[in-house]
Amino acid sequence: MNEGRKEILQIIFITVGLIFLIKLFFIQVLDNKYAELADGNVILRQVEYPFRGLIYDRNQKLIVFNSPEFDLEVVTKDVKNFDSAKFCSVFEISREELRTTFKAMKARKEYSPYKPTIFMDQLSNVDFAKVQDHLESFPGFYVQARTTRSYATPALANALGYVSEISKTSLERDTTKIYKQGDYVGQSGIEYFYEKQLRGKRGVRFKLRNVKGIEKGEFKNGSYDTLSIPGQNLTTGIDIDLQQYGEMLMKGKSGSIVAIEPATGEILSLVSGPSYDPILLTGRNYSSNFRQISIDSMKPLFNRPLMAQYRPGSIFKIAQAMTALQEGVITPETRIRCDRSIINCHGAHSNEDLRGAIANSCNPYFRDVLKRMLNKGVVNDPFGDTRIGLAEWDKHIMSFGFGRKLGIDLPNEKEGLVPTPEYYDRAYRSQAWKFSNIYSLAIGEGENLVVPIQMANFAATIANRGYYYTPHLVKAIGEDNKPLPQYQERHYTTIDPSYFSVAVDAMQQVVEEGTGQYRAKLADIIVCGKTGTVQNAPPLFDHSVFIAFAPLDNPKIAVSVYVEDAGQGARAAASIASLMIEKYLLGQTKRPHIEQYVLAGKFE
Amino acid sequence: MRNDLDISGKLDWVTVLLYLVMVALGWFNIFAAVYDETANQTIWDLSLNSGRQLIFIAASLFIILAIIIVDMRFYETFAYLFYGIILIALMLIPIIGKEVGGNKSWIGIGSFGVQPSEFAKFVTALAIAKFMGSVGFKMENNRNQMILLGLIALPLGLIILQKDFGTAIVFTAFIFVFFREGMSPFLMIVGVSAATIAILTLIVENQWYLHGAIIAVLVSLIFFGKRKLKRIMVLCSGAIILMITIESFDYIVNNVLPIRHKKRLEALVDPNFDPMGINWNVTQSKIAIGSGGFAGKGFLKGTQTKFDFVPEQSTDFIFCTIGEEHGWLGSLLVIGLFMALILRVIFIAERQKSKFSRAYGYAAASIFFFHFAINIGMTIGLFPVIGIPLPFFSYGGSSLWSFTILLFILLKLDAHRGQVLQRI
Repeated sequence: MNEGRKEILQIIFITVGLIFLIKLFFIQVLDNKYAELADGNVILRQVEYPFRGLIYDRNQKLIVFNSPEFDLEVVTKDVKNFDSAKFCSVFEISREELRTTFKAMKARKEYSPYKPTIFMDQLSNVDFAKVQDHLESFPGFYVQARTTRSYATPALANALGYVSEISKTSLERDTTKIYKQGDYVGQSGIEYFYEKQLRGKRGVRFKLRNVKGIEKGEFKNGSYDTLSIPGQNLTTGIDIDLQQYGEMLMKGKSGSIVAIEPATGEILSLVSGPSYDPILLTGRNYSSNFRQISIDSMKPLFNRPLMAQYRPGSIFKIAQAMTALQEGVITPETRIRCDRSIINCHGAHSNEDLRGAIANSCNPYFRDVLKRMLNKGVVNDPFGDTRIGLAEWDKHIMSFGFGRKLGIDLPNEKEGLVPTPEYYDRAYRSQAWKFSNIYSLAIGEGENLVVPIQMANFAATIANRGYYYTPHLVKAIGEDNKPLPQYQERHYTTIDPSYFSVAVDAMQQVVEEGTGQYRAKLADIIVCGKTGTVQNAPPLFDHSVFIAFAPLDNPKIAVSVYVEDAGQGARAAASIASLMIEKYLLGQTKRPHIEQYVLAGKFE
Repeated sequence: MRNDLDISGKLDWVTVLLYLVMVALGWFNIFAAVYDETANQTIWDLSLNSGRQLIFIAASLFIILAIIIVDMRFYETFAYLFYGIILIALMLIPIIGKEVGGNKSWIGIGSFGVQPSEFAKFVTALAIAKFMGSVGFKMENNRNQMILLGLIALPLGLIILQKDFGTAIVFTAFIFVFFREGMSPFLMIVGVSAATIAILTLIVENQWYLHGAIIAVLVSLIFFGKRKLKRIMVLCSGAIILMITIESFDYIVNNVLPIRHKKRLEALVDPNFDPMGINWNVTQSKIAIGSGGFAGKGFLKGTQTKFDFVPEQSTDFIFCTIGEEHGWLGSLLVIGLFMALILRVIFIAERQKSKFSRAYGYAAASIFFFHFAINIGMTIGLFPVIGIPLPFFSYGGSSLWSFTILLFILLKLDAHRGQVLQRI
C-alpha cells in the first residue's frame, strides 16, 4: 500500500538540491552584483590628494603655497556605540549641530552608508591636534588629510583667485569625470585659469579591511595603487614687492594699477582697489567670509583691472593721432586752431602742431582730426561718408586691443566698447547719424569704453613702438620655462611703426613740460606719460587717469592707473604711476612728499 | 558478541566514506572561516575553532567505535529509556542550564558544555522507530497517530520553551517517516497549503484579499464542478479551514512570535527589508557566496568570511566559506555529497527487514535533509534565518556527535540486518 512513496520522497529531496544549485548558479555565476558588493565591503579606497602647484613671483619669491588641513569622514555602517555627548564635547559642536550635520549628510544624493562621506571639513592643524587623540573612541570616523591654500602676503587676491569645494552644477557639467564630490577646484583668478596645470593627479590606495573597518593589509599587494602626482608650479611675471607697494598706494581708494613689461607682455602688478585678504577664502570659514566679502559695498571681489569699464578720456587722443597719421589726414606738422566754440578746451594755447596738441590735450584739435578721418568725402552723402570713415577708424582703434577681450590668463575679462556703425544704428534706432552726432569720440568721451588692462597694453604698445604681447600673469609653467603659446606671439597694430615716435615724443613732452611735469617727472629716468580726466556725473569727482612707460629708450615698464572720483589725471593717477615706475626701476622711491600726497588721499 | 565486533565486511563503506569526506571538508572550511593571514596560525592550533573541531572529530571516532561494539539490540531495547533521560535533561535546562549566544540550551559539565536538544533528535528518532516497529502498530490507527504526535510534541515543546526554534522545526521532519509508513498524504497536502497560505499572509498586507480569493475559488469550483451536496460540503469546509489558518497565522505572527522571528519572516518575503539590520546576516551571506563566482576565490582567499562580514561564519553560516572560496563548483560538490548521503541512507533504510530499522533510517534521512535544506536555504535567502547547523560541516561538538551517532546507529543496525529474522 505504500508503493511509490519512497520515490516521492526521493523526488522531493533531489528537487530541493537542484533548486539550491540553480539558485546558487544565479547568484554565483550569472549575477556580478555580489562580487562588487563584496569588494565594497572589504576594499577601502583611500584617496591621496596631490599637492596643488605652487605660485611664484618673477623673482622666485613664493606667493601661494599649501598647508595641511584635515577632513573628518564617516562610514556610517562602521559607526558603533556612538557616544554623542563625548563627540559634541571633543569637536566643540552642539547637539543640534550634530543632528543637522548628520541629516544634511544623509540627504546628499551620493550618500551611502558603506562609503566614506565628509562629515566635517577643513579642520585646521590646530583643530586636528585637539581631536586626534579621541578619534579611536569613534569607530567609523576617519581623518582624510589634504591641503589648503596659504599666501605669503595678503596681496594680489583678485588675480590669484581662490579654491573651494566644487559646486554641484560644475560637477554635473564636468564631462571628464576627473572631479568628485568634495574635491577642491580653482574658482577664480589664476587658480581657475590654470586649474588643469595646478591640480595634479590624485593617487589612490586600496586597502583591505575587516567588518570593524580595521585595515588588513594591501589589496592585491598594492598593484592597483597609484601615487599622487603634484600639480605644476607656476611662475608669474608679478613683482610681489611692487604689487604690495601698489596695493599700499591704493589703500582707501577705488581703482586699479596695471603694470606690464612691454618687451614680453608679462604683468608686473595688477592692483585692484579695494582688495581683500585671500586667506579669508580658505579653511572652515570660507562660506561666511565669502558672504561677507561679496556683500561689501566697495566690491572687493570686483577685479577692476579687467572688469571696470571707463571712458578713456584724453589718453585716447594718442590713439586718435596715430590713426589720423596712418590715414594721412594730418602730418605731425599739421597745425589746427584751438576753436573753442564747438568744444571747450583748457590751458593757454591757440594754434598747436600734433605734438603740442597732445601735450596740451587740445580738444578742438582732435575734434577736427576726427572730422577729417570720418568725413573724407568718399561719398557725397554726409551720413554714408561718416559710416565708411567710422568703419575705417574702428579697424585701427581695435588693432590696439580696444573693444575686445585681450585674452589675458584670467577669467571675467571685459571687452570695453569701440562703437561701430552697427552700434550707432542700434543706438539711434531708425534715425540717421553723422559726424556731428558722435564727435565726442574724438576726446575719449562719448560711447567709448576701455578697461584698465587695455590702457596699460596701449602704453606698452607705444613703448614698443607699434606692437604688443598679450598681457599675461604666468610666464612659466612647471619645468617648461615658457608661458602658454598665445602669449609668445607679437601683435602689430595697423599703424606704421614710424608714426609711433610722434606719440613717444608727445608723451615725453607731457611729463617734461606738460600736464605731468609736477608729479610724474623723475630725476634719473625719462618718463613718458599722458594724463586723462574722465568726466563723471556731478557731484562726483572725475576719474583720475594716467598712462606711462619708462625709461624712454628700451622701456622696462608700462603702467595705467585709474583712481575713481579723484579729479584730474595729473594728480592722483600721475603720482601713483610715477611712484610705481620709480619703485620698480630703482627699487625705492626718492620722493616721500609724493608718496605722502598719495597716501593722504586728498586730491581736490 | 564476537559477531557484533567483526562487522567490517558488513559495514556500509560507501556511507562511511561520504561521512569521512564531509567531516574532513568541514574541518578545512572551519579553518578557512577563522583564518587570519597576519596571525601565523595553523589548522592544528587549539586556540582556533579548527583545532578544537579536530578534537571533536577524534572523539567522534571513539563514539563510532563504541556504537559498533555495543550490541545492536541495545538501541531498540533502551530507546524509551534514552527518550526519558533526554526529556529530563531538557526539563532541567531552565534550572541548571547555562546561556550561550542568547539561547539557554546548554548543560555544562565542568568547563565543557553539551546541548541536550542536539541529542534529542536521534533519541526521538529511536523512540518513534521503536513505537512504529512494535507489534500490531498500524499507521491508520488514530490512537497510534496520537501517540506518535505525543512522542514528538514532548521534546518539541521543551525545546520551544528554550526558544530554540531552529532545532524545534527539525522535529517536523518526522512527517516524512510517517508518510513513508502509510500516513495519509492528506496531512502533507494540508501542510504544504498551510505553508503557502502562511507565506501569502506575510506578503499580502490585507488578509481580506486572501479571504476574497478563497471565496472566489470556492464559488467557481462549486459553480463549474458537479453540484453534489457532499462535494460542496467538503469544499466549503476546506475553505473555512484555510480562512481560519490565515487568521490564526496572522495572530501568531503579530502577537505570539518574538519580534526577532517576526522580522526574519518579513525579511524573507522582502529581501530589501532593512539590509543593515535584520537582513544583515542574509545580505552578507549572499554577498559572500555570490562573490565566489564559478570556481571560487581559492582556499583561504575568501575576504568576506575571513574579515568577519558573515556572522557565525564557522557554525551556522559555514556554507558561505564554501561558496566564497570554492564557488559554484564547491557548492555543487557539497550539495552533491548531501544528496548522495541522503539517498544512500534511504537506500539503506529500504533494505532493512525490521520496521524499526527502516523507520529509524527514514528518520535519519529526514533529519539530515531538514538540516541541509534549512541551513543552505537560509544562507542563500530562500529560508528565514534559523540557527541550525549544517551536518558534519558546522563547527561544534554536540552537533557533530549527534549527527555521527544518528548515522552510525543506522549503519550498525544495517550491518546486522541479516540477524533480524534469526532473532524472531
